[in-house]
Amino acid sequence: MLLQLAWRNIWRNPRRTILILAAVTIAVWSMVFSSALMRGIADQMVRNGIATLTGHIQIHQQGFRDDPSAAMHMKNPTELKQTLQDHLPPGALFSARVRTNAVASNARHSGGVTLVGIDPDREKKLSFVSSSIISGNYLDAEDPYGIIIGTSLMNSLKTRVGNKLVVMAQDTRQKMSSRAFRITGEYRAELEATEKEFVFITLPAAQNLLKMDEALSEICIVLPDREKVRETAAALARILPKDHEILAWQEMLPLVTATLRLYESIIYLWYLVAFTAMAFGLVNTFLMAVLERIREFGLLRALGMKSRWIIQGVMTESFFLLVIGIALGNALGAISVIGLSHTGIDLSVFAGGTQYWGLPKIIYPVLLASDAILVNGIVLVLGLLVSGYPALKASHFTPVEAMAHT
Amino acid sequence: MCIVECENVRKIYRKGTQEVVALDGVSLKIKKGEFLALAGPSGSGKTTLFNVLGGLDRVDEGCVILDGDELNQLTDSRLAELRLRKIGIIFQSFNLIPVLSALENVEFVMLLQGIPPAERNRKAKELLGDVGLGGLYARRPAELSGGQQQRVAVARALAGNPAIVLADEPTANLDSQTGARLLALMKEMNQTRKVTFIFSTHDRMVMEYASRLVHIKDGRIRDE
Repeated sequence: MLLQLAWRNIWRNPRRTILILAAVTIAVWSMVFSSALMRGIADQMVRNGIATLTGHIQIHQQGFRDDPSAAMHMKNPTELKQTLQDHLPPGALFSARVRTNAVASNARHSGGVTLVGIDPDREKKLSFVSSSIISGNYLDAEDPYGIIIGTSLMNSLKTRVGNKLVVMAQDTRQKMSSRAFRITGEYRAELEATEKEFVFITLPAAQNLLKMDEALSEICIVLPDREKVRETAAALARILPKDHEILAWQEMLPLVTATLRLYESIIYLWYLVAFTAMAFGLVNTFLMAVLERIREFGLLRALGMKSRWIIQGVMTESFFLLVIGIALGNALGAISVIGLSHTGIDLSVFAGGTQYWGLPKIIYPVLLASDAILVNGIVLVLGLLVSGYPALKASHFTPVEAMAHT
Repeated sequence: MCIVECENVRKIYRKGTQEVVALDGVSLKIKKGEFLALAGPSGSGKTTLFNVLGGLDRVDEGCVILDGDELNQLTDSRLAELRLRKIGIIFQSFNLIPVLSALENVEFVMLLQGIPPAERNRKAKELLGDVGLGGLYARRPAELSGGQQQRVAVARALAGNPAIVLADEPTANLDSQTGARLLALMKEMNQTRKVTFIFSTHDRMVMEYASRLVHIKDGRIRDE
């Protein structure tokens, strides 16, 4: 009956109850949705970063990151690949690459690029290149003269698919080496900077151009579980030769890592803001509800109800409101997230701005169970705590004071 | 046998620097089963005495003993427990919990006392039947007349098997016929259930019904 009493009490003033329910619902929805949005942005940034050639783990010769030249190569790739085959977890993918700075030019224009020699078949499964071709074709493993370039580079060189492009780079013998390629495909990347920077040829073509024989610049690894990256990198560091550098994506993308931490802080800050706004509404409403019922609390006290039962009663009313508001807020949050999970929020009209901030063009919200649990926990526990004030106030009325109240 | 005993009770209200002596050395003994009216004009101290006897307020001097418990010695929590177990209260107005039905209002005290649902339901129905509201269990207070509400209050006051029932001007908001019926009902309850009834009133009809009349004026008992 005490539950019934609390339930009926909250519906004594339906308009006020609906208002406070709306406040809790909106607060929960905004907390759930904003965290899903932030997680979505962060997730896209990590995915984009990983797909843009970074992968989860990379293996290089020590010093390659400071001097990414053909000379800094790993000389025994067969043994290295076998070690990876034996030690990577099931479902992990890896691909060998050659990478060096180069100059790409045609008859009229030239520009600095990063030349990447890839294994077309293996690369398909772990980076963006094959899925980003917008005209022409992806690299053919048997074609030693094919090259793929990005739309932005294509525009700045004023060329098109089918035209020739000369690539010049310093080989392992410190001599300039060049070769003419035919543009077989054009790719469109998430960031314009990527399109301008990377050109792709086949791995043997790159090894040949740079006189590297079988040597490699890097091996990129993608794991089935992103959470296992550090653990796997540490395991590889223990078994691979010491002159190899094993880097996790967090170390290769420090800006993304810092941004993730920033987003995490923004999420918690937003929780604080949304909860504070809701808490004021909640306390205000409950104070009103308590002050309106002073005589009734006096009656209850006169009948023999103890202070703690009155606190329990008011807190139960608050609990009902919070639980309903939380349920509605979660439902609304889930609908919003599910509704946008296929189409996403398209920010491509702000492409300049989003690229400046490193944001993806389309944001797909990602709702983590841990975030939803945290939001619900915060709203319920802190909501009950702030309702403690009006509840305490209600319990402190003496029967005589309260019954004399008009 | 005395169920209530007041000994030289003083109660002073302070408003800023002013002191108002509401009860000035009141001594009173009430026997079990009495039907007693505390009568007096407004400001005479009868409501203060009512509050003191009901454990709703504390005295500044003297002592009040109710069924063996000295009220001023009890903590707030024990005092609430005592009100729950030993005192039934009927107020002049705002007597019932508006969101509960007549049956639930009567059951409420028994719920607080920890009586099992089936038993309290049976007893509440029996009490409502006794006060003539047998068919109105599900009605909310707003759906009952003033007289019916006071009858529910009488049933509720008796629901917890109290040692005394205190009624603060129970007929003040009722017409004379309804008031008379309510008084007859309470008198009947007094006689059949042997429950002590104490009224505070300035209604002549209540005074006529009372088996003992105590006049209060300026915080003192004038005569009986």
